[in-house]
Order: sequence, then C-alpha cells, then structure tokens
Amino acid sequence: MSAPLLKIENVTKRFGGFTALDSVSVDIAPGERFGLIGPNGSGKTTLIHCISGALRPTAGGIVFEGRDVTGLPAHKRTRKGIARSFQIPRPFKTMTVRENLLVALDFASLDHGLSAAEQTSHVMSILERMGLATKVDAIASSLSQVELRKMELARAMAAKPKLLISDEAMAGLSSSEVDEVLDLLLKLSGDGITIIMIEHIMHAVMRFSSRVMCLDAGKIVAIGEPKAVMENKRVQEAYLGA
Amino acid sequence: MGKSNGLGFWIACAVFLGAMLALTLVMKNEYPFFAGYVILQFIVLATAWNILGGYAGYVNFGTSAFFGLGVYIAVMLFKAIGAPIVVQIAGAALVGAVLGFGVGLLTLRMQGIFFSIATIAVTIIIETCVTNWKFVGGAAGIQLQRPPVMAPFDSYVKMLFFVQAALVVIAVALARYVQGSWIGRGLQALRDDELAAECTGVPTLKLKLLACCLSGALMSAAGAPSAMYLQFANPDSAFNLNYSVSALAMALIGGTAHWIGPILGAILLGVTQQILTVTISSEVNVLILGLMLVLFVVGAPAGLIGLVGFPWKKRGGT
Repeated sequence: MSAPLLKIENVTKRFGGFTALDSVSVDIAPGERFGLIGPNGSGKTTLIHCISGALRPTAGGIVFEGRDVTGLPAHKRTRKGIARSFQIPRPFKTMTVRENLLVALDFASLDHGLSAAEQTSHVMSILERMGLATKVDAIASSLSQVELRKMELARAMAAKPKLLISDEAMAGLSSSEVDEVLDLLLKLSGDGITIIMIEHIMHAVMRFSSRVMCLDAGKIVAIGEPKAVMENKRVQEAYLGA
Repeated sequence: MGKSNGLGFWIACAVFLGAMLALTLVMKNEYPFFAGYVILQFIVLATAWNILGGYAGYVNFGTSAFFGLGVYIAVMLFKAIGAPIVVQIAGAALVGAVLGFGVGLLTLRMQGIFFSIATIAVTIIIETCVTNWKFVGGAAGIQLQRPPVMAPFDSYVKMLFFVQAALVVIAVALARYVQGSWIGRGLQALRDDELAAECTGVPTLKLKLLACCLSGALMSAAGAPSAMYLQFANPDSAFNLNYSVSALAMALIGGTAHWIGPILGAILLGVTQQILTVTISSEVNVLILGLMLVLFVVGAPAGLIGLVGFPWKKRGGT
C-alpha cells in the first residue's frame, strides 16, 4: 500500500466536559472510498470538522500528504486539496450557481490566470458532470434540495480536491436521487479522488465504500471491509442500542 | 458590470470633479457649498459603511467612532504641527485604518448583532478618551482658526467642498474596485456563509480585516475636514450617533448590493435632510430618517437599486 493521503493521529476533541472524539486514529490511502458510519452524536461530523479545519482538535494531529496540517486554518487546507460538503447544505445563497463555483475557482484552486472564458468552460464542465448545467444562472436559494446537494459537491469539485469529504450528501433525498448522488460520487472516485463519505443510508454505504469505519461515542467501534463491519456485534449494538 | 464600462466610470469621475470645481469658481453664494459638503460627506460615509456592512454583512454601528476619530486626528495634527488639510486627511485615514483593524479582530469572536453592539461600545470608549484629552480641548471642545485659503478657491468652505468631492471619488472608486474584484466575491461568500466560505478556500479573516481597514480609513478621512468646516470640534457632535445611523440608513435605502446604492441613498436622504433642516427643523430629520428606513426595509428590502431592478440582481434571491 502506498503512503497514506490522510493520517488521523490520536485525534481527541472535547467540548467542555464532553468528549466528542476520543483518540481516533486512522490512515486513508489515496483513491480510497472510505465510508464513515455511526449513530447520531457519535462524532462523525466532529471528525470531519477536525479534518477540514472547521474545528481544532484538543489533542492529536492531522497529516495530509505527509505534512502536518493540524494548525492550518480551513481555507489553507482547502487549497492543499481537502474539500467538503456540509450535512445541511450551506450554499452562498445570494449567488448564482456559477458564482458559487467561481468562489472555489478564485480562492481554492488559485487559478488566477484563467480568463473569464476558461473559467466558464471549467464551471460548465463540472456542472454538466453533476447534471446541473441547466441551473448555471439560477440563484442558489431557488434550488431544490437535491440540486443544492449537487451544487455543494460541484463547488467542492471546483476546488480541485485530492480528498473530498461528503457529509450526508444524501440525507433527505428520494431513493432515485440517492442513486444519482451515489453515481456522482463513484464517478469522482473513478477520477482518482479520494472520498470520505458519511452516510446513514446503509445500502449506499455498502455499495460505495471500499472500507468502512464505525464510530460510537467518539471511539472507533469497528473498521474494515463493509460487510464485516456491518456484521460486527458492537456495530449492531451501537445502532440498535441493544 | 465592471470592466466593460471602466473607462466610462473614470470619465464620469473626471466630469464630476470638473463640474464641482467649476461650481466653486462660478457660484458666489457660499451656502450651497455648505449644504453640499454635508451630502458629499454622507456619500463617503455610506459608501465606506457599505464595504463592510453591505459586502461583508457585518453591520457596523460605529461609523461615528471612525468619523469622530478622523475629526480629532485632524484637530491634533493641525494644533500640533499646523498640518495642511491633505496631511490631516491622510493622518486620519491611517489612524482610521488602524482602528478598523482592531474592529476587524472583533469579528473573530463576534458576528451579527453582537458585533454591532461591540462597535457601539468602541464609539463610547473612543469618545470617552477624547473627552478626557485636554490637548484637543476635552469635553468643552476646541475653536479652530482656518488658515488662509489656497488658490484657485476664494473661500475655505468651497475648498473643503471640493476636497470632500475628491474623497467621494476615492471612496466610490475603492468600493467599485472591491465589489468587482475577487475581494468582493470573497466578501459576498463570507456574508452568505462564513464557514462554507472558509471551507471553499476563502481567507475569511484576512478579507474581513481588509474590509474593516478600508471602511475605517474612508470614514475617518471623511471626518477629517469637518473640524475646519465647522471651525470647531467637540466630542458630542464629532461622535454623534447620528453619523452611524445615517450611514447605515443611506446604504440600506440606496441598496447594498452595488456601489451605486449608497450614493443614491446618501443623495436622497442627504438632500431631504438639508431641505427639512432649512424648512422645518433639524430634529425632524431624525424622524424622517427613521420613517424612510422603516418604509424601505418593509417595502424595498433591496433598496432603491432593487426597485429599479438592476439586471444582475435577479428576483428570487433573498
């Protein structure tokens, strides 16, 4: 196995007296499709926040491409290649879809040399892949839920990430929409982008992931082959509360 | 907007300055300049306010802190070294930028209404300091003797009027640049959602600090000529809350999405205020200001430019 793209080393995050993450360590290899599961409040989103830089871990470190990024603000991590979507979509709501993507082009991919025409063609090529091309000039606040999810992924893609973190991108979608988003993620993975997917929709996790990790109460309960993790007793207990 | 009519913008600026200069040379009566100065001053204040309040969405109630600071930096420089008006303005802008930086650091911890309240606190702190600063007259204020007027102007008020017109051009050009550049897009992104902006690569703190410095420098610069304009400065009037409320109201009434909004708002409100002050009383000003603000917030949340319906702001947005 090649050197890990992302190393999470003993990451602990406490909020006051509450320990949301308790020395979590895991390596993620380039090109991996990594599923992250766990019941509500198990620390999945906190872990994502620590990786993307929205939160600083109380202890432990994040190493990306061999460099320690623990102290870097989120925007610098994005520029290094860590992009994410949000559990509840967070569009730039007063902007059009095009402008939403241009923010990422301008600030994250640092392609300042691109002409307006090149920017447009780049934006359009991403939107076409996401099936959003017809909405390029729509104001973000007018998009439907599934369109918002796609736009968040498109915006993350415009940042030219090496690692894409998808935080429940399928929550609240109909089953055909879930398949649409899942296909998108698989396509991106096919392009060589490493993906961490947080999801509650189990069949999606099973179909997508090459490896699955289950968190409960801030600790790793199980990690490994999707099937083995699902059959793990402690995983089932964590989900069913038995 | 932007690049295609860039030349048009600069021609318009030159025509504006030329016309203002011509007016000062042709018109004998001083009063129109005395009134016009106030309107120009409010264009600068509203434009400066909008860089932070409109583009970045950080509602600053501390315009009067920056304005008053500008007044008193000018007073200090004049009294200490007899600095000419240009130096007074430059000094005020510099100190205003520093204060802006400080206010920008507040945005690290405070957003929304909390930030706004903190800016009011900043006003009170600075006003208190100036009130206890004997060199610039303390609470009683200070009388100032205008130096001789410079050619080609025949009165000091006319000269200040032209100086303020030049500040308008500087302020509007800066606001226009910010809006059309990557800075403006970053500010709009962080206004819509700061965490999402940060995670999309926008250096939010850096941009907020930049917006605060620019906005603060312009506000203080707008205040600097005020001491010579009135030939008097005292803390009560220099730090009057009215500046904060007016700058905010003018930007909101004009529309915050485009640099032209604060100009329209400042002209509309400024002219109304001047007419009311002459015909009824200066107290009625504040009432009308409040009424118009309420009317616009309810009836035209995007301001005058929203009513006109500029093509790049489509319906359906919030």
